[in-house]
Amino acid sequence: MTTPLIEVEDLHHHYDDGTAALDGIDFKLHPGESVALLGANGSGKTTFLLCLTGLLTGHGAARVCGLPVDKTNLPAIRRKLGIVFQDSESQLFMPTVLEDVAFGPLNLGMDPVAAQLRAREVLRLVGMEAVAAKAPYHLSAGEKKRVAIAGILAMQPDILALDEPTTFLDPPAQRSLIDLLRGLPQAKIIVTHDIAFARAVSTRAVFFDRGKIVGEGPVDDLVRRFAWDPQVESPGHAARYD
Amino acid sequence: MHIPDGFLSTPVWAAMDAAALPAVAVAVRRAQRSFEDSRIPLLGVMGAFVFAAQMINFPVGVGTSSHLVGGALLAFTLGPAPACVVMAAILAIQSLVFQDGGMLALGANVFNMAIAGVFAGYLPYHWFGNGPWRRPAIFAGGALSVLVSAALALTELLLSHTPIPRAALGLSGVVFLVSAALEGAITLAVAQSLETIQPNFIRKPAARRYASVTLGAAAVLLAAVGVVFASTAPDGIEKITRVQAADPTTWLGKAEAGLAGVAIIYAVCLAIGRVVTRHRSA
Amino acid sequence: MHHVVLERWSRGASPLHRRDPRAKLFALAVFLVTLATARRNLVILAPLLFLLLAAGLLRARIPLGSALVRAGVVFTFTVPFAIISYLTGDPARASSMLLKSYLSALAVLLLVSTTPVPALLRGFEAVGAPRFLLMVAQFLYRYLFVISEEAQHMRKAALARGATARATLARHAKFQAAAGAVGALFARSYGRAEDIHRAMLARGFSGRFPAATPLRFARADAFFAALAAVAPVLARLAAERVA
Repeated sequence: MTTPLIEVEDLHHHYDDGTAALDGIDFKLHPGESVALLGANGSGKTTFLLCLTGLLTGHGAARVCGLPVDKTNLPAIRRKLGIVFQDSESQLFMPTVLEDVAFGPLNLGMDPVAAQLRAREVLRLVGMEAVAAKAPYHLSAGEKKRVAIAGILAMQPDILALDEPTTFLDPPAQRSLIDLLRGLPQAKIIVTHDIAFARAVSTRAVFFDRGKIVGEGPVDDLVRRFAWDPQVESPGHAARYD
Repeated sequence: MHIPDGFLSTPVWAAMDAAALPAVAVAVRRAQRSFEDSRIPLLGVMGAFVFAAQMINFPVGVGTSSHLVGGALLAFTLGPAPACVVMAAILAIQSLVFQDGGMLALGANVFNMAIAGVFAGYLPYHWFGNGPWRRPAIFAGGALSVLVSAALALTELLLSHTPIPRAALGLSGVVFLVSAALEGAITLAVAQSLETIQPNFIRKPAARRYASVTLGAAAVLLAAVGVVFASTAPDGIEKITRVQAADPTTWLGKAEAGLAGVAIIYAVCLAIGRVVTRHRSA
Repeated sequence: MHHVVLERWSRGASPLHRRDPRAKLFALAVFLVTLATARRNLVILAPLLFLLLAAGLLRARIPLGSALVRAGVVFTFTVPFAIISYLTGDPARASSMLLKSYLSALAVLLLVSTTPVPALLRGFEAVGAPRFLLMVAQFLYRYLFVISEEAQHMRKAALARGATARATLARHAKFQAAAGAVGALFARSYGRAEDIHRAMLARGFSGRFPAATPLRFARADAFFAALAAVAPVLARLAAERVA
């Protein structure tokens, strides 16, 4: 059995007012896996991601790529586990696309020339090399998401975490994103409400409820178990029961 | 209130550029302090907020509306030194991108609005922000920030012999007071709105730290306001304009004297401030 | 919108666009000081300087008409003063104010329409402006339009909310609604700043922004700087020589 990339045991995190955001989470992620995190808003999915990279402090045992999540390991962990946040506008904070994608490598200590080369390489990978000199403000939502992913890939992570990546994306952009993600070798954690998207990109799913993981398995199993399908019967259907 | 190029005489714009440089440098150092670069995004984004907030109209009667200027609000929420830096960045962008305010006059505009205006806006809150006079203090802060900036701008224009007939001066005075009151009211209204959203947005005024520096700042303020009143006094104007027609060298001397006065007080305050902080860290 | 046009102009590819921002800043400084300190024969100097700027705009392939109009924004402040000046018997000062303020604005416009704002800020850093301040300006500019759009939405919402109250109450209700909108905008902006900081930390930010790639001053830049500095000075000497 290969060593898990992420090992979490009994992870807790409390809000300032004392309520539990994470109430004893156990989780494992293996290389090549792509896990969807499902659950209601406020159930702890995003909090979980933030605790993994030390952006929030959790209590309990958490290891990323074998490194315990504590202050000394944060730089290394943040290199190995890259988070693509829900709002790309706040993630692409540099004046141009190229400068933004180069931000990660520069922070890792690469020299400016090498960092730019790496940035261009990664932009090519996600199909965004044409907009390298553009200001992020002028990109479409789908383009912004790709550039944000490029910014993470530039750090050569082992794990990609995406928080609600399909928000703001229209169906064609969602399809492009699915294709892109399927082509990336990194292990993935994907927080999403979009069932079709989860089905398309994940190998298994876990279900969060009020800070706990209450279910694990294939996406469709969990959807059935927790009635997680937004589909309502069409009016035509209802007429049948008159 | 953004003075374009071509209005200030050379001694005035040059002196104000020279005055603004060290002031901004001090503000930057204080704003950066123990945070290094971490606060840059916050200050930048809040600068963008002020810009954008100026688009939101506050109706004030007879079909007119006003908007938030923002110096005092920034001082209450980010602290005075960061507020200075944000306002300076705003003025620089306004001058460059929107040609609102001249480039050579940037020093004057920065000194008026980003340094003196912010400081004047913060002082009442610093002194009274904690007690029962909190709301009047916030109002006074907003009002003073506009009043002081406008008074300084007017002073600089007068020292540069921009023709302003007495009637117009009186009218300007009234306009300044009204704008000041509006900024006070708007700042207070926004502060109250912030308090309902998140009370922590408005910081507690720092304890006794700025004691001597605030005394110094008060001195600068008095000097600035004093200069304006002196200039607007009837004989003051006569003197300046008559002197200009008579002998070029004398008006230059007067302008320099006026500015030298402000500069001396300013230098004294900086010195006091530096001595005090050195004492405290000793 | 205004800034969108300027953004487009600034990303052109003319020789002027390619010059080092430091050279352009130097040229602007010389131009502005030459103009600001001029006191005699302004009526002759002004057209000469205008031709210089117009030549620059044409060379940079900036639409001349639009640029000339854009720089005219300065007239809203200057015209009233010019009128007063004229009426109090000092037409020389009136024309001086109008000409100097307009030419100054046009010169700055030429700079900004041939240099993207981030490059401009790097130029300022290279000549000694505090890096902290310039980076604040960089972030300000980056999020200026994003937050302005959010403000537009809130403005409309505030208007809608205030519009329901009766006429006499309406003004006070609108005032409060506006204060609420500004407060909400503040909170959203603050939240966005926290998101940005988190995103920075997640990509390895450890307290200091990495240094940007250094600017390279080429021979063409030196040439340009020399030329652009000499031209306004010559114009001024020529103008003052007349009569």
